Amino acid sequence: MAVAAVPTATPVGGDIPRGFTWAVRDCWTEASRHLRALPRNPEVLAFSTIQPVMFVLLFAYVFGGAINVPGYDDYLQFLLPGIFAQTVVFGSTFAAVGLAEDTTRGIADRLRSLPMFGPAVLIGRTFADLIRNVFTFVVMLVVAFLIGFRFEGSLAGALAASLLLLGFAYAFTWVNALLGVSVGSVEAANSASFIWIFPLTFVSSAFVDPRSMPSWLEPIARNNPFTIATNAVRALYNGRPPGADLWLAVAWAVGITVVFAVLASRRFTASTR
Amino acid sequence: MSITQLPSPAVAAVVAQGLTKRFGTTEALRGVDFEIERGKVLGLLGPNGAGKTTAVRILCTLLKPDAGRAFIDGIDVLADPRRARARIGLTGQFAAVEERLTGFENLQHVGRLFHLRTSEARRRARELLEQFDLVDAADRVARTYSGGMRRRLDIAMSLIGRPSVLFLDEPTTGLDPRSRLGMWDVIDELGRAGTTTLLTTQYLDEADRLADQIVVIDQGTAIARGTADELKRRVGGDLVDVVLADPADGRRAVELLTPRACGQGKVVLGTTTVTVPVDGFAGVVPAVVRDLDQAGIQVVDVGTRRSTLDDVFFALTGRPAQEADDEPSDDHPEAPTSAPETKVEAG
Ligand SMILES: Nc1ncnc2c1ncn2[C@@H]1O[C@H](COP(=O)(O)OP(=O)(O)O)[C@@H](O)[C@H]1O
Ligand SMILES: [Mg+2]
Repeated sequence: MAVAAVPTATPVGGDIPRGFTWAVRDCWTEASRHLRALPRNPEVLAFSTIQPVMFVLLFAYVFGGAINVPGYDDYLQFLLPGIFAQTVVFGSTFAAVGLAEDTTRGIADRLRSLPMFGPAVLIGRTFADLIRNVFTFVVMLVVAFLIGFRFEGSLAGALAASLLLLGFAYAFTWVNALLGVSVGSVEAANSASFIWIFPLTFVSSAFVDPRSMPSWLEPIARNNPFTIATNAVRALYNGRPPGADLWLAVAWAVGITVVFAVLASRRFTASTR
Repeated sequence: MSITQLPSPAVAAVVAQGLTKRFGTTEALRGVDFEIERGKVLGLLGPNGAGKTTAVRILCTLLKPDAGRAFIDGIDVLADPRRARARIGLTGQFAAVEERLTGFENLQHVGRLFHLRTSEARRRARELLEQFDLVDAADRVARTYSGGMRRRLDIAMSLIGRPSVLFLDEPTTGLDPRSRLGMWDVIDELGRAGTTTLLTTQYLDEADRLADQIVVIDQGTAIARGTADELKRRVGGDLVDVVLADPADGRRAVELLTPRACGQGKVVLGTTTVTVPVDGFAGVVPAVVRDLDQAGIQVVDVGTRRSTLDDVFFALTGRPAQEADDEPSDDHPEAPTSAPETKVEAG
């Protein structure tokens, strides 16, 4: 069977839509895949509710009496914003596992072979993760209030703090999205995401004042973007001026989102795998 | 399965030219050419690691070749991948269904990503559930589906946008025998409805049964092509299997029987079986037995059969085609393994 000359393109119907509205529609279609599935997945729901509740209660009652932080009479007011921050950032790891699952199960290939806006797979995923994180956060906030946590400042400040928390976690969702599309297996994605999230959240001001850490660790903890965000959020919930931390934290969140969204999207849509 | 606005039939639906792809030191494809005529089923047949999936991935815009070109309906998949994507349906090696969604939702989801109107996506989804015998399971989450159901749903999903070319990458690997037969019926039906299909398989009987044209691929190279019958003719259409009492007689038996082999066919030696390609069975069996008897070689059993593609593969490569293993998830094996015994007896 000899191969014929290069065929001429045959212009036929079936034009594929391009442009902004189609891209947004594809993102929403992908997001709805996950949002629809969310209530059906008991493990994920449990992880999204029980785990944060447990964290709040464990840390509050185990450490609550033992740790004194300068500047805070009530350790709860210091601790809980840190727990909030850690929990929502932990919540960002779902993206890594979910995308690795899509990849190993062939779903990513199917989606990449469709005439859709490729990055929609990632945007939809991160958006759905954001919604789940809002849910987690609200559950956590309710429990925190039940055990005595209060907004010491203005409601606007508390709202800003909450948005910053969720936005910061969203940024890390993109880091995990990049991991998810880069590693070859679900297990690898799981460990790869926790391997940096644990040090990121513990070597920080989330639970203790970095000044109580060894001198070599302290500067790391102090300059950790997670510390900066936690400090800003903590200040806002407690009615204190967040100072430069607020803008720094916003800058980190935006910067991480932009850089990792571009990297992850490129990686996902590249025809190199 | 009506496809509106068929492009000019003069243009092959799929053209692959000189596809070459290397992964590190592995040459997955070394210049593979083939074409698929509109409405035909092409079987890409080869053992594990031959390069089938790589070829499919290139044609489906998922992978860039190092060299070579590929066209879907005349659209250059490298230059215009998004337009090519609007023409294809891919059913990969693993059933790519979203386990957390129902069958209906899975179909609807892909339909929307194909940019069908919502009402059209729903209508197509129902139609396909019907066609693939999934109506009863339509509202169950796919997690609860059997392997065969998943595969059917997977194929249905790849058809929702009415693609002009369907890619089926090892659609029956890992299925139990019953589901496999069911899947054959499904593919058969699609083929009869005129769906242009590229089917990859390591099952020789599968290509025989489903494909109009077969390209045999081995270690990244197309080593033969033609219809199943054309390929079979290469080894002689008929085979006589002689089972020897003592395997040690094998070499001698091959020498003795070689003059009986027809055409280009070669006498093939298995562990205890010698296979002789012949041109018609008349008088052959007694002659073979006599030859061996005179030489004092004891025969346990003699059988005749039509040659299969297993025999073709062996004749072409000197190696048995690896019968598909039980491991459907073995995507990238280190090397094609050979199991010398499995083949000759397999009939
Ligand atoms: N992404 C990859 N990275 C490295 N090697 C690969 C990759 N994909 C395929 N290969 C290798 O290329 C060869 C052909 O693989 P493949 O096309 O999957 O074969 P088949 O589908 O016929 O079993 C194999 O040796 C396989 O190990
Ligand atoms: Mg394969």
